[in-house]
Amino acid sequence: MPTPTTKKERIDALAESTSDSGVSLAASAWKRLRRSPVFLVGLVIIVLFLVTAVIAPWIAPHDPAARDLIDQVVKARNEIPPAQPGYPLGGDQVGRDFLSRLLVGSQQTLLVGVFATLIGLVGGLILGTLSGALGGWVDSLVMRVVDVMLSIPQLLLAFGIGALFAKPNLFTVILAVSIVQIPVFARLLRGSMLAQRSSDHVLAATALGVKPGPIVFRHMLPNSLGPVIVQSTLVLATSIIDAAALSFLGLGNPDDTVPEWGQMLGNAQTVIDSHPALAFWPAGCIILIALGFTLVGESLRDALDPKNRR
Amino acid sequence: MALLEVRDLTVVFERKGEAPFTAVDRVSFDVEPGQTVGLVGESGCGKSVTSLAIMGLLPKRGAKVSGSVQFEGTNLLSLSDKGMRDRRGRDLGMVFQDPLSSLNPVIPIGLQVTEVLERHRDMPRRKAMVEAADLLDKVGIPDPGRRLTEYPHQLSGGMRQRALIAIALACRPRLLIADEPTTALDVTIQAQILALLKELVRDLGTALVMITHDLGVVAGLCDEVNVLYGGRVVEKAQRHELFAQPRHPYTHGLLASIPRLDAPRGEKLVPIRGSVADNIPWEGGCAFAPRCPNALDVCRQETPAQDDLGGGRLLRCHNPVRPAPAEEVSV
Repeated sequence: MPTPTTKKERIDALAESTSDSGVSLAASAWKRLRRSPVFLVGLVIIVLFLVTAVIAPWIAPHDPAARDLIDQVVKARNEIPPAQPGYPLGGDQVGRDFLSRLLVGSQQTLLVGVFATLIGLVGGLILGTLSGALGGWVDSLVMRVVDVMLSIPQLLLAFGIGALFAKPNLFTVILAVSIVQIPVFARLLRGSMLAQRSSDHVLAATALGVKPGPIVFRHMLPNSLGPVIVQSTLVLATSIIDAAALSFLGLGNPDDTVPEWGQMLGNAQTVIDSHPALAFWPAGCIILIALGFTLVGESLRDALDPKNRR
Repeated sequence: MALLEVRDLTVVFERKGEAPFTAVDRVSFDVEPGQTVGLVGESGCGKSVTSLAIMGLLPKRGAKVSGSVQFEGTNLLSLSDKGMRDRRGRDLGMVFQDPLSSLNPVIPIGLQVTEVLERHRDMPRRKAMVEAADLLDKVGIPDPGRRLTEYPHQLSGGMRQRALIAIALACRPRLLIADEPTTALDVTIQAQILALLKELVRDLGTALVMITHDLGVVAGLCDEVNVLYGGRVVEKAQRHELFAQPRHPYTHGLLASIPRLDAPRGEKLVPIRGSVADNIPWEGGCAFAPRCPNALDVCRQETPAQDDLGGGRLLRCHNPVRPAPAEEVSV
């Protein structure tokens, strides 16, 4: 794009460029984040896992579903194949390459985490906006439902929802984990929407005759999103853990040709005394990616805190 | 006919389990086209509530507004939500006290100016941007093209208030209400903003209702002044008469508590005793009586009526300050 020179041109250019809001908030937050070691460590972890998930099918040394080492298992009477050339982490109970399963397993885990968070976020945004913008009986109704959902321990509720489905699959896991997150987002957004509703700039906009629609979507919502953005990174971490817990308890995808960390951890349970490594690797991966998202979330929270802003 | 006729405007705040609180009590005043009218008083005397009531910005629940606010013959209080919304920003503009918190922090200044142009004048975004740059230029913001793309936190306090004034005047409202527009600014900027307001209302022919606790602002700007105490107008006068001969002890006290450069050295300032918080309701006596140096027994027993002293001068006092004979006061 050529640099605009005349005043008219520049104004035309900015008319197009200024339509997206929040640029400045994001820009000033990014400035502070770049210098935060906590954020950078978290970011590196997340990027490593994301890259791994994307290229897993190509870097996995073996087919994660193929029982390459089944002979060893049978010969040694259900013994688990140890580490050996070509199989650096050995095999699992049915002779599949453990490293390949671990690498490919990152796909399912991240998929569940990201989609569960997205669905939870969208659901929470809708309910929170309705509640915060309309107030009155809508607000009371939504908030009572949210209260009920929040009164049940999160993981227990996810199990309950997961158990409703006769044939669990990837989608039911995502659904179970995301529904649990909706009230968290809804409550959070409603709170900051209410604060916005009584803010000076909303009053000023009202005094200019701005219609209720733009008041909500241009003046209240964008100013309420900060805490929600922070929360979503933290929710990413918890939904990965929740999804793993569901799989661990057999409420996940029963098809174990598609590896998933929670399910691998569940399978390792019976042999944890003799082969702790089978539990160590998937558990370690879950903890590490959850840590990555938590670190990013925490530093985002600091960076977006209006008290630190200038 | 006056542009704005406020008659017996009363605002009562009602809260469950609490006695209703009358914040504004039968306030009446007129604003002629192009005129500047001041509403003066301490914090809590009902100035801001009066302005919010005129703009229809008080919460529907909890605030009971009665009386009438005729704007060009239409009673604003009887308008529907939509009807009032269409008038706000177009016929009536408002400038608030704190310029930073009155601007949306996540939207560039430009969009906040164009928003009102798009809303009331059906301008397309591009055309509105050009108009917005003109407006910023008019309120004395240098390099308006660049400022349009900037966010409120990137502007200085004075600049923000200028931007707010530009937004309020974007649709050339016939009435502008300024609620303590200079309180959050430092003194030199205050003077600039007041000069700007004065110039703009003169050039555009906009009538101005100036709400302030600062008599200096009144002296520089207002044609007519209403002094409020405890939700009622206690004295109304033309600016010169008010400063030359304050009749109500409260007005007199306000004037006496301003430091003056021409006062003899060593002369002490005279404060008004007490604060608004400990006032009594107007029933069965004058609300100002507990703080009044002129208070008589009758002041604590009977509510003073509003007397018309002629020449547009109104006074609500049993024992007013005697007019000082031929004192030369320059304002």
